[in-house]
Amino acid sequence: MGKTIAEKILSRKSGQDAYTNDLVVATLDFRMGQDGTSPLAIRAFEEMGGQQVSNPEQAALVIDHSAPSPIEGVSALHHLMRAFAKEQQMICYDIGEGVCHQLMPEKGHVGPGDLVIGADSHTCTYGALNAFATGVGSTDLAAGLISGQMWFKVPESIKFVCNGLLPAGVYSKDLILFLIGQVTADGATYMAAEYTGEAIDALSVDARFTIANMAIEMGAKAGLMEADDKVWAWVREHRALSGDRSFEAVSPDRDAVYARVLEYDAGKLEPQVAKPHRVDNVSPIGEVAGTPIQQAVLGTCTNGRIEDLRIAAGILRGRRVHPEVRLIVAPASRRILLEAMDEGIIQDLVKAGAALVTPGCGPCVGTHNGIPADGENVISTANRNFKGRMANNKAFIYLASPATVAASALTGAITDPREYVK
Amino acid sequence: MKLQGKAHCFGADVNTDYIISGKYKFKTLDMKELACHVMEDLDPDFATRVQPGDLVIAGRNFGCGSSREQAPLALLNAGVGAVLAPSFARIFYRNAINTGLPVVECDTSGISAGDELLVDLENGVLRNLTRKAETPIKPLPAFMLKVLGDGGLAAHFRKYGTFNID
Repeated sequence: MGKTIAEKILSRKSGQDAYTNDLVVATLDFRMGQDGTSPLAIRAFEEMGGQQVSNPEQAALVIDHSAPSPIEGVSALHHLMRAFAKEQQMICYDIGEGVCHQLMPEKGHVGPGDLVIGADSHTCTYGALNAFATGVGSTDLAAGLISGQMWFKVPESIKFVCNGLLPAGVYSKDLILFLIGQVTADGATYMAAEYTGEAIDALSVDARFTIANMAIEMGAKAGLMEADDKVWAWVREHRALSGDRSFEAVSPDRDAVYARVLEYDAGKLEPQVAKPHRVDNVSPIGEVAGTPIQQAVLGTCTNGRIEDLRIAAGILRGRRVHPEVRLIVAPASRRILLEAMDEGIIQDLVKAGAALVTPGCGPCVGTHNGIPADGENVISTANRNFKGRMANNKAFIYLASPATVAASALTGAITDPREYVK
Repeated sequence: MKLQGKAHCFGADVNTDYIISGKYKFKTLDMKELACHVMEDLDPDFATRVQPGDLVIAGRNFGCGSSREQAPLALLNAGVGAVLAPSFARIFYRNAINTGLPVVECDTSGISAGDELLVDLENGVLRNLTRKAETPIKPLPAFMLKVLGDGGLAAHFRKYGTFNID
């Protein structure tokens, strides 16, 4: 019987001929924790009697969610992470280095065919590189740090076939928001999502990360894609720390069994917006165009990459952000910030009125860097718009592409970016 | 394992930001402090009303969103005895078992706030003592039941030094 990408990776990493619903213990290629989850993982590590992190070069802690620290309590937790990483000779990416989900692929820790856990739900991002990467909690991370292994129930898979090419002004963010709206917030729960088709093939690797990143917003355990020439070129360019580790990509078999196969025509897609307070509350931009906004956010692990900044700068260059809008820009990593500086993008954005914050998670999760006031509307390139997500349960968050966020920042209301992208 | 408590009802898609907001969870490892804010954005009085052993009743996809283990820990530290829902988000489900919070998959549609419930995990049945009704519950996978029985994954690991899935 043929296998899906998930079945193949979990088979190889467990040494078992594994199919959907089998329980396996598999060897991990990389383990990651961030500053919201690592402190509890360190505590669990100690409770488990952990002495040493196995293969510490295949593990990293990232200080990104609350960085630099806004209060003493956070400073103490950051201190705990730094001390643990030093003691265990693990990598610790400190403040300003970037968002964990940009750093893991960018630093070359993850590649095609890998099996990765991260104590952050958006770990599924690396599926764009053909890695089975999934979010876990702190205790699972601790067990993974000690043993180098993790148990998995092999998930069934749901396949999204995206035909056609995205029109001008419509991006991978619009596509994934649309797909989530179609299947809803639990449409892929316990499943691995596979994304394929002409529309996916045509995307850059940066744009594919956006799609894999949001697989969790439909409940999926992983968001997987095949490794094509673009992926291999990307991996070669970013393989600094993977050393001599070889990657072995997997493709699904033609007779693999899927729980569902859904086909869409990306060629007809319009810009999409997820309305408060649910990621699956999605509509074409026409339905919300004109809604006033007070804050716009460009960044996060979903859309803080160089291509995203380029798209936004293309719209904002030589213009001014609306006087009643705060535009906050958080590049996803130091490398991206430097690249954007080299290209003059940061100058364009800052001259247009943007407030630049430290590479990292920015205001996405309500820890710092721009908490909205009561009754305010925010348009953001992030992946979640839950009530209270940005630390104020009386604010309203709309999710959209970098182009839609940039266009909306200019006009002060939710705006169709196709007017600006010719 | 038998659990008895009073029902507190919530809707579908209760995400982990609602269970414990990011604005609190990044600051501290003191779960008692986090427990004071559990479910705050959905029901500001829940943390003061909930009694030890009470049960959280919800619609489908409970615990969707982030991987924060502070979500089951805040519920546990608030005194919640178990969460009952027709389905759970995957990471929350694992985290709950790993931290020792029972999660029960069953039809919750007939339960009202204040109902006295008895969950019998071994026999796979939920008894609504107020309404004199019985509902089957989906049994936990054997390995997860073992982890829960050990008191969570940390205790399981202390006992076996690895994942003992056989």
